[in-house]
Amino acid sequence: MSMANVDKGELISQVKQQIAVANAQEMLTQMTQKCFKKCVNKPGTSLDSGEQKCISMCMDRFMDSWNLISRTYGQRLQRMQ
Amino acid sequence: MSDMDSPMTPKEKELHKFIMIEKQKAQINAQIHGFNDICWEKCIGKPGKKLDRNTEACLKNCVDRFIDTSLLIAQRFTQMVQKRDAHNK
Repeated sequence: MSMANVDKGELISQVKQQIAVANAQEMLTQMTQKCFKKCVNKPGTSLDSGEQKCISMCMDRFMDSWNLISRTYGQRLQRMQ
Repeated sequence: MSDMDSPMTPKEKELHKFIMIEKQKAQINAQIHGFNDICWEKCIGKPGKKLDRNTEACLKNCVDRFIDTSLLIAQRFTQMVQKRDAHNK
């Protein structure tokens, strides 16, 4: 199979986008599970304002946690070089 | 995919390199998701307005201790296998 007709820039751009989408989906799935678990303890007939506020804070803390872990892992990898 | 015996064109080489780098990035990302999954359970109580200092320390320690655990298990597992193989000879 020849790659002669493939637009290299187009292919690279599409792959990067697909990877970004996959990452965002993983992020959302995890965030939803974690925050549901923390914030919705007795599922009622709707999400009350307390639950909504908790979910909002939880999302922010989730991102804080993710970023901190990302930095820590990076630092550890550098130490292990 | 090009025939494994014929050399790659410059274009194929560049695409190959790009894919290898993205693959590595994706593996690191997957690791981070994994750590976040485990360490969130260990360290986060009720979500507040920010992460307090204890929680941050817990998360950092969690990552390092998990990696230490992983290394220790790999090391010890190798020994277990070597012992078993020596015993079976």
